[in-house]
Amino acid sequence: MEIQLKRGLLDVCVLAAIKSGESYGYQIIKDMKPYVEISESTLYPILRRLEAAELLTVRSAEHKGRLRKYYRITEAGRRRLAAFRTEWDEILAVYRFVTREEESHE
Amino acid sequence: MNKTEFLLELAEQLSPLPFEEIEDSRNYYSEMIDDRMEDGLSEGEAVAAVGDPGEIAAQILAEVPLGKLVKAKLKSRPALRAWEIVLLVLGSPVWIPLLAAALIIILAVYLVIWSLVLSLCAADLSLAASAAACVAAAVPFAVGGRLAVLAFALGAGLILAGLAVLLFLGCKRAAKASLWLGKVILRGIRSCFIGKEAAK
Repeated sequence: MEIQLKRGLLDVCVLAAIKSGESYGYQIIKDMKPYVEISESTLYPILRRLEAAELLTVRSAEHKGRLRKYYRITEAGRRRLAAFRTEWDEILAVYRFVTREEESHE
Repeated sequence: MNKTEFLLELAEQLSPLPFEEIEDSRNYYSEMIDDRMEDGLSEGEAVAAVGDPGEIAAQILAEVPLGKLVKAKLKSRPALRAWEIVLLVLGSPVWIPLLAAALIIILAVYLVIWSLVLSLCAADLSLAASAAACVAAAVPFAVGGRLAVLAFALGAGLILAGLAVLLFLGCKRAAKASLWLGKVILRGIRSCFIGKEAAK
């Protein structure tokens, strides 16, 4: 559950990191850093998963004599971000329930 | 460790995966190292920051569905190597006759067993026939009133009939055993070709 929740959160974070314009792997990591630390090896499967789910598209472009992959959010990706707001309300409700029970025991 | 060594190690650890998957991972980590170097890190520092290739590969493999791994494994299983084919072809004058001889010997042994069973059956039939003949031959003596001869003929007939019944049971057993042996031999031959588990 814990891992599943974090995984889902990171998916949304990566989408949020590219919502204002296309970006590349290292830039995504740097943009997320102030909020959530993510390593290359964690980001890799997320990008592949989001691409497979068509929440983002990938294109390769030349950069200083080498290829770099750029990721762009799709319409479905934006809908996913919008859906996250409603989901978060549910998670907050769960949070309130969990902490309330904790207080009543003490 | 420099970038080339890192990528080589990564590719090696990912070898169970299909080629495209390995290339995709290599490209991704190559780009990551290049971007870090562009950001001011030395090559060694950039590689160290990305992490240990063994751990990275283990993480990637853990995410791959089992079906994909199996498929990649099946695809990568080498076909017969060139020298194996050459050996098979060059050796064919030897191994084809040997194989044929072995099969024929097995068949011959099996036929011999069946002919034994058949001769047993024939013996049984003749016993049964002579029992019937004895009883039939006794009838005139009953009419003639020669009781001693009648008793002898009837007794002989009964003994022969009893022997026939006993031998009949033996024949049935022998035939069943031969059938079973035939099945075992066939299964053995099949398993030589398609492997033990599939033969059953």
